[in-house]
Amino acid sequence: MELTRRDAAAALAAIGATGGIALGVRRNEREGSSSEPNTSASDGGVRATLIAVAEVVYPTEVSGIEAFVDGFLEGRLAGGDHASGIRTAVTELDEHALSWYDRRVTELSREERDRLLREVGADSAEEDPNGTTAERIRYYVVNELLLALYTAPTGGELVGIENPQGHAGGAESYTQGSR
Amino acid sequence: MTAAFSPHADRMPIEGADVCVIGAGPAGALVADRLADDHEVVMLDAGPRFDPADRLARQERAIRPAYDRPDVWDVGGERDAHSASGEWFYPLNHARVKGIGGSTLHWQGMVMRLHEDDFNSGSARGVGPDWPIDYADLRPYYAAAEREFGVAGASDNPYAPPREEPYPMPAFEPSYSDSLFADACEELGIDMHSVPNARNSETYDDRSACVGYGTCQPVCPSGAKYDATVHAERAEAKGATVIDRAPVQRLAHDADRVRAAVYATPDGEEYRQTAEAFVVACGGVETPRLLLLSESEQYPDGLANSSGLVGRFFMDHLFAGMGGRLSEPTRQNHVGFLTSECHQFYDEADGEIAPFKLEFFNYDGPSPVEVALSGDDWGDALLEELRGAYGDHIGMGALVEQLPQAESRVALDHDRADDHGNPVPDVRWTVDDRALRTIERANEVQREILEALGAEITWHVGPEDTGPAYHHMGTTRMGEDPTESVVNAELRTHDLENCWIASSSVFPTAGAVNPTLTIAALALRAADAVGASLA
Ligand SMILES: Cc1cc2nc3c(=O)[nH]c(=O)nc-3n(C[C@H](O)[C@H](O)[C@H](O)COP(=O)(O)OP(=O)(O)OC[C@H]3O[C@@H](n4cnc5c(N)ncnc54)[C@H](O)[C@@H]3O)c2cc1C
Ligand code: SF4
Repeated sequence: MELTRRDAAAALAAIGATGGIALGVRRNEREGSSSEPNTSASDGGVRATLIAVAEVVYPTEVSGIEAFVDGFLEGRLAGGDHASGIRTAVTELDEHALSWYDRRVTELSREERDRLLREVGADSAEEDPNGTTAERIRYYVVNELLLALYTAPTGGELVGIENPQGHAGGAESYTQGSR
Repeated sequence: MTAAFSPHADRMPIEGADVCVIGAGPAGALVADRLADDHEVVMLDAGPRFDPADRLARQERAIRPAYDRPDVWDVGGERDAHSASGEWFYPLNHARVKGIGGSTLHWQGMVMRLHEDDFNSGSARGVGPDWPIDYADLRPYYAAAEREFGVAGASDNPYAPPREEPYPMPAFEPSYSDSLFADACEELGIDMHSVPNARNSETYDDRSACVGYGTCQPVCPSGAKYDATVHAERAEAKGATVIDRAPVQRLAHDADRVRAAVYATPDGEEYRQTAEAFVVACGGVETPRLLLLSESEQYPDGLANSSGLVGRFFMDHLFAGMGGRLSEPTRQNHVGFLTSECHQFYDEADGEIAPFKLEFFNYDGPSPVEVALSGDDWGDALLEELRGAYGDHIGMGALVEQLPQAESRVALDHDRADDHGNPVPDVRWTVDDRALRTIERANEVQREILEALGAEITWHVGPEDTGPAYHHMGTTRMGEDPTESVVNAELRTHDLENCWIASSSVFPTAGAVNPTLTIAALALRAADAVGASLA
């Protein structure tokens, strides 16, 4: 199924440009756990890395990933704490890739990217914007991408819900049977 | 997050105020709006003025597993510390929001009138007190409240009390799953009818029609769901002053009158707002707490508490539910509100069985995005999991009345203090046997319907694991007799001649419909009484 510009716009409309982190978190708040690396990935690098990760965390039947991720990141990287959270988590993921595979995330094969994400623990971690590296990669990288996909109409349709929660898809589809 | 623009940023008291309203939820905001045309009105709220621009970010919190429900509207922490030492645990911070708009920021927004017998539980059903007012007394105020909220509804409920005029907006169409339920209910002779929703089915009052975000509870990003910021802002436009982050610490008073609301501000100052009349509208838990905190030599057990009943008779509605899976698509989670319910069994209530209403869910089972964010996998495996988890769930709920019991109460916990050093509220909740029996009865009907539908039942909430619906009632009950009640039929405290209470805390009994339309009708009625006293 093809992700479209409309999906990217919808995802952005649904989840907002700034991101929930701007509001701060009460639960699981830990002090000093968000180590801020000095070098933060450039926006181009962040986009490329997230596209590479999306190719792993999105189902294979989804196409048009690059434009979709580019489209919704436009707003999400626009500034604020959420954007810097994304940059930091992406930088850390890349650092792990460099130290374990001697290459950047974007240079890894699909299988290697999948393995890297599991090796950092992002599969079993619960998302937490202030948590451990694994929890923050889950929050800012893996779940950032899953949130965008599954609140977008195309992502919903994959599962059988063309107006998924978070998408302002109108007040008609709930009255209708499956298409 | 950004602090919202506050037109009254210095939070100083207003000189020459006629009315001071405490609490900016629907009760307080409606009173303020109603009186602001002709009077100098000040409204104080403990919580902030939330920036509407943050609603999408709050919606993201509602969806993402990193956040608990109270996080969506910044509930919790020292400000909201509470105890629950009763027989039944009460999750207070899931059940309220503090700020301009109050708990309606989080609410579901289903709004019905109480049934006629609910006003006469003692004489009609043989249990609990009668209210000092009847349905007829409230009927015009109900109609006004429906116009104020903007209610989408239809006159198709044969069990609802008589109405004089159509709802302000047409009802939402029944959902696809309602149509599945309809076949089963028809077979069983059970009626379904539309749900009145404080939610725009078309543009109303310059607010947009519902656009289907599906996260109504806890946040509607479009503003299609009514919340009390509407009336707080309208009151301000008429000249009222709304002061946020100004928790009232106590009501200064002499024997007959409240003299000032003493409030704290974020900079650590304390101010006194004087007024001719005071309306306490802090919800069913903080209202009795504020009265108890305002104890004095004249009122050693708390203000307006000569009866000793402030905080007593705490009630909530109990939830009963059941659901399962069908072998066909059920189309859940497109929207976050309900379109059908059933009041057929409501007025069979007596001393043994309480009134209850049935609800047909439009959001049973998981929402795919929430499953995706908490799963252990991604890619094709995740999609497979989502397809397995979503699509064929179907479920029902019910609200059940509980009886007022003196031992079920809101008290002060003197061992625990909030951010201003005041004892926190202790909700000591107990539930009566009639309510528990009624939950079983509701479960029986739910089972019948789901079995007729051919559903495989996979979950069930019965008397052993029921919980509250977040409706806080009873703690400053209304009545004729000052020894048996806290406020009179005009909602004025028996003890103080210039202090009214607008809240479900005045309900002598609970009924089994969601309370807020009745709160609004009573608030409008109280506003008339306050206005008359100032004339
Ligand atoms: C999840 C959820 C779903 C709900 N769904 C429904 C529904 O579908 N239908 C329905 O009818 N009802 C529903 N309700 C209940 C509904 O929200 C309440 O009945 C309603 O908001 C009560 O209005 P209120 O103005 O009395 O109190 P609130 O809305 O609670 O407002 C009270 C205000 O007083 C302020 N306050 C408290 N103490 C002080 C103080 N000392 N000084 C200054 N200010 C103070 C608070 O900050 C708050 O803003 C729901 C509630 C919840 C939590
Ligand atoms: S579905 Fe709910 S949250 Fe979405 S627009 Fe309608 S009322 Fe608002």
